[in-house]
Amino acid sequence: MLHELSRRQFLKAAGAGVAGSAVAALGFGGAEEALAQAVRPFKLARTTETRNTCPYCSVACGVIMYSLGDNSKNAHPAVIHIEGDPDHPTNRGTLCPKGSALLDFVHSETRTKVPQYRGPGEKAFRQISWNEALDRIARLMKDDRDKNFIAKNQDGVTVNRWLTTGFLAASATTNETAFLTYKVVRSLGVLAFDNQARV
Amino acid sequence: MTNSWTDIKNTDLIIVMGGNAAEAHPCGFKWVTEAKAQRGAKLIVVDPRFTRTASVADFYAPIRQGTDIAFLLGVIRYCIENDKIQHDYVRAFTNAPYLVKEGFSYQDGLFSGYDEAKRDYDRTSWEYELGPEGYVQVDETLQHPRSVYQLLKKHVAAYTPEMVERICGTPKDKYLAICKMIAECSARDRTMTSMYALGWTQHSKGSQNIRTMAMVQLLLGNIGVRGGGMNALRGHSNIQGLTDIGLMSDLIPGYLTIPKDKEVDFETYMSTRGFKPLRPNQMSYWQNYRKFMVSFLKSMWGPAATAENQFAYQWLPKLDVAGYDLLRIMDLMNQGKVNGYFCQGFNPLLSAPNRGKITASLSKLKFLVVMDPLQTETARFWKDEGVHNDVKPESIQTEVFELPTSCFAEDEGSLVNSGRWLQWHWAGQEPPGEAKADTWIMAQLHMRLRELYRKEGGAFPDPIVNLHWPYRDPLDPQPDEMAKEMNGYVVSTVTDPADPSKVLLEKGKQIDTFGQLRDDGSTACGCWIYSGSWTERGNMMARRDTSDPGNTGAYSNWAFSWPANRRILYNRASADLDGKAWDPKRKLIEWNGTAWTGYDVPDIAVNAKPRDVGPFIMNPEGSARLFSRGLMRDGPFPAHYEPFESPVANVMAPKIRGNPAARIFPADLAALGTSDKFPYAATSYRLTEHFHYWTKHVWVNAVLQPEFFVEISEQLAAEKNIQKGGWVKVSSNRGTVYAKAVVTKRIKPLICDGKTVHVVGIPLHWGFTGAARKGFGPNSLTPFVGDANTDTPEFKAFLVNVEPSNGPATS
Amino acid sequence: MGLQSQDFARISATNFRPPDVRHDFEVAKLIDVSKCIGCKACQAACLEWNNLREEVGINRGVYDNPHDLTPNSWTLMRFTEWENPESGNLEWLIRKDGCMHCADPGCLKACPSPGAIVQYNNGIVDFVSENCIGCGYCVKGCPFNIPRISQADHKAYKCTLCSDRVSVGQAPACAKACPTGAIVFGTKQAMLDHAQGRITDLKSRGFKNAGIYDPPGVGGTHVMYVLHHADQPQLYANLPNNPKISQVVELWKGLTKYAGMAAIGFAAAFAFVHGIVARRNDVSRAEDREAEHLIDEEAARGRQA
Repeated sequence: MLHELSRRQFLKAAGAGVAGSAVAALGFGGAEEALAQAVRPFKLARTTETRNTCPYCSVACGVIMYSLGDNSKNAHPAVIHIEGDPDHPTNRGTLCPKGSALLDFVHSETRTKVPQYRGPGEKAFRQISWNEALDRIARLMKDDRDKNFIAKNQDGVTVNRWLTTGFLAASATTNETAFLTYKVVRSLGVLAFDNQARV
Repeated sequence: MTNSWTDIKNTDLIIVMGGNAAEAHPCGFKWVTEAKAQRGAKLIVVDPRFTRTASVADFYAPIRQGTDIAFLLGVIRYCIENDKIQHDYVRAFTNAPYLVKEGFSYQDGLFSGYDEAKRDYDRTSWEYELGPEGYVQVDETLQHPRSVYQLLKKHVAAYTPEMVERICGTPKDKYLAICKMIAECSARDRTMTSMYALGWTQHSKGSQNIRTMAMVQLLLGNIGVRGGGMNALRGHSNIQGLTDIGLMSDLIPGYLTIPKDKEVDFETYMSTRGFKPLRPNQMSYWQNYRKFMVSFLKSMWGPAATAENQFAYQWLPKLDVAGYDLLRIMDLMNQGKVNGYFCQGFNPLLSAPNRGKITASLSKLKFLVVMDPLQTETARFWKDEGVHNDVKPESIQTEVFELPTSCFAEDEGSLVNSGRWLQWHWAGQEPPGEAKADTWIMAQLHMRLRELYRKEGGAFPDPIVNLHWPYRDPLDPQPDEMAKEMNGYVVSTVTDPADPSKVLLEKGKQIDTFGQLRDDGSTACGCWIYSGSWTERGNMMARRDTSDPGNTGAYSNWAFSWPANRRILYNRASADLDGKAWDPKRKLIEWNGTAWTGYDVPDIAVNAKPRDVGPFIMNPEGSARLFSRGLMRDGPFPAHYEPFESPVANVMAPKIRGNPAARIFPADLAALGTSDKFPYAATSYRLTEHFHYWTKHVWVNAVLQPEFFVEISEQLAAEKNIQKGGWVKVSSNRGTVYAKAVVTKRIKPLICDGKTVHVVGIPLHWGFTGAARKGFGPNSLTPFVGDANTDTPEFKAFLVNVEPSNGPATS
Repeated sequence: MGLQSQDFARISATNFRPPDVRHDFEVAKLIDVSKCIGCKACQAACLEWNNLREEVGINRGVYDNPHDLTPNSWTLMRFTEWENPESGNLEWLIRKDGCMHCADPGCLKACPSPGAIVQYNNGIVDFVSENCIGCGYCVKGCPFNIPRISQADHKAYKCTLCSDRVSVGQAPACAKACPTGAIVFGTKQAMLDHAQGRITDLKSRGFKNAGIYDPPGVGGTHVMYVLHHADQPQLYANLPNNPKISQVVELWKGLTKYAGMAAIGFAAAFAFVHGIVARRNDVSRAEDREAEHLIDEEAARGRQA
């Protein structure tokens, strides 16, 4: 159907050309009106620009995120485009195929959006509230720590370690997240602590 | 990186080996293309595959994966034989003239002190001969048979070009051409840079791969100079930061270390961390360890850390083993010894070796918490996805929480790049749905636990209830607060002992530099190497000044570089013994008669006279180590060892399998395959279109590289009747995957020790969530063994078999 | 206010003549194949800037993805593994394919729809969707086989050289993104000068036939290549050796004039040219008959008005 319609449009347009042949003879062939819109409007004209760095590899290219709105109270910003930061000494505005497609990471359909829980033996996740999730996790942690914490080793030396729960930190969180994570995890006596430096 | 990305433009020769910079770090690689276009620099690529980096190289040579040490020890041999070393540099700045104790030896692939049962060395013989004052004995002529130089010469003698060809499969003529290009960089006015990444680390001797090239660079005089250095490209955006801040089993922020069981109190702990200088007048920077450690403990426990309780030293856990790295944790989990596990933005189901074992291990947990902005496979390890995740959910009792987090576009803070630049960034939107920042989640968990311990008591609550938590909103700490903690601040006012009316440090102020830290509890500092990043002058990481005086590529006012805003480490070594630049065109810092000045922050005390103090101030010797003493578990010199799974035997020491000092758990040893059943040498790698397991969630990247494949040579394809674009089944002794076949001229069979070796390339970006087609990762196949020093898994060299197939649906 | 007549150099299917004004600086994109690492950043940047959505395809045993240009993929890396018989070395030749923005554009000349294809004074050849009738003549007229007709809206699509960016003084998205500077953008003269420096460098590295690709058969292009083997452009995924606008299109160009003058002649010309040029674009007899019918309708309406 679409195909047919399109073909009709084609011929209509051709017909319009015919009808306008007198004008065409004067020089413009009826095209000028349509050409007013020839160039697509520049889409970033009044977006808000925010500096960031690419979250992927450790070249750490500078990026500029272009967001909807002007930061006024009622305008909710949403990143609509990401491009290289031309001032950045390392990338000077360039980006690799991953960096160039960051927008689709930010808006990926498979981003996590709500806390989910899967019980023993269950076949699917279900949504839970943050409070439910955090209360339950804190309880599981405390019960495990209280049961398995090692205050002294066999020689009676104070060792204050908790080996039955581990924490795998990331590779792309900020230093500030990392430090807060360090404080919380080490204060519990966790030694099974690692990050993604090796893989 | 000892240098920075922008410094690469200053080089004359780039060697990419153990990495694939053009594909994995394209925008950093731009400085290679700049050096080529602007200075006429040359690019060498040594890789089992002709990569996209090789496509723009001046010279490419193939190598069998896992044989880099043989290749590079041969380069050292060539440089020594042909007198292509920077003699003044080597004599003055390395330990080449130092004498090693009697008793050190190397024979049949083993150094002195090996204990086969423990797979470990007694390293006491790997030490210097010390004189009566405790200083190392030196022979400036380098002729003493026990001098490091002579021992090295003897050690590399076996690595002739013929032997290199036999081990590596690199044709001798190509190999010699590369040796010649490298050797030319021993001239004072030529530098080479080494760019490497996980192609060197992910081996059972990964640390030694890197050390071997560092030795080459020292012999050429290329460390500390512009356009030189050892440049670890690093994989992830902030893996440098997470390592700096010590999120590892055995670390404390700033490369301090977690105590061991035997370090029963703070003084015992400190007794092995004094690092007394080994040369007269030498500065040994680690002598400040106590200041860094006490200031760290103050940042952890604030007022509760006092001189009386050893600044809460005992509140830190103590290690009973070398470390609880990822492999050990997974092994313990598999034994049922781990109940709870957190994954904060990490996807071990696809990132850790031997996926079958990882699935079995995770299935034994009581609870798993995943915090991630993306829906990871790890959070769904229990989900039946057919051939792509063949499990029975009903038999898996693990409780799983998936907590949605913000991504880079929604948070604020700093990341550290591979050139050690701390760059602050800002948020451009709110997280989607109910997603929250990781800081919020960690604070919520901590505050809940603190409350539970206050109410209920329990096992040793002290370090939890006393954790220093000075945040404006304790339930939602903000990035600026943590950044200031890491920089360090004054806890109590410090006055000049000579004049108590003179205030040196004022309570509550941010410190300027780690030089101000104190060991009496009057300063707190979360991560001493970050001192100077957020001072009273404000957030130095947010600086965006693009000026670059002298056009050196330093960009000293752009962001902040640790330590002390220094851009090139060991930059004292860019100048000769008297403090003049080795190459005047490449001046970095120079001695002006009274002080060190120049384009970079000097990596030495500003007034340290040139011949008094050696340039490598983090080492008690003041010099760089060609012989690493007892600091490496697997030998003071690198030696050639085959991968644990290798198509050929170790021709240097036929009885040795793998790295003799690498840890391998018994079940994993039993799970190794042999070349009779798995004849092909496989390796894993990233493709430029993707980033690990993230970008398969990104539509555009899924378009650019949609489907899992493996790469094989035309010869192997013909031998096995495999069609280009057809399905193949790839198996190891641990698992099987199905992939499309890319049949290419870019992989060629190698001849090693007279045997034809086929290389199979396995990229790593596919799984069962996201926008790309469902597929597999190489970790379904890889062995569960790591580097002797770091336990980095051996992902780069293992054995597989390849067969034509009808694909996963019908097989 | 949109564009004015002085902004155009040519407009399809009209006898438009630009007024006698200062021509804009001609712009050009230079693609240095010897610096290209085939990372596809240009493809990603193009998809993102132009808000395009390509299908997630399959692997066919090569690195090229998608496998060809499509209405949504306006640029594409084409990979060729070539063993140089002279040096014995393997060379991985990677060429970014896409619209060449010919000075003498075959697509524009072939286009029967007034104002569907325009050439600005800066040299960019742009498709104006609103005026496009989806006939596919541009595909046939193009010596580089670039335009693609969308099955969704039956309009022709190709690279715009980011005319929207260039109109506000920005470089095209692909050129800005390119990590190694293999794609550079500027005035045509600056690009020719830059190419000379690259050719000198390549010759010093042993590529004695290094040169620029700016084919005279189409009057030169506003997208040019630096090739290591400029004597053999066909090595680079069949880049044409000496591209020219086909004779048929030149003929059709003459016919358009008459088509505008006499309604009855249009269908005849349509059938004629279609029969010769449009071999890959199936148009049934029925459609041709419908065409005639519609033209008659339109002509009748014109008479009533």
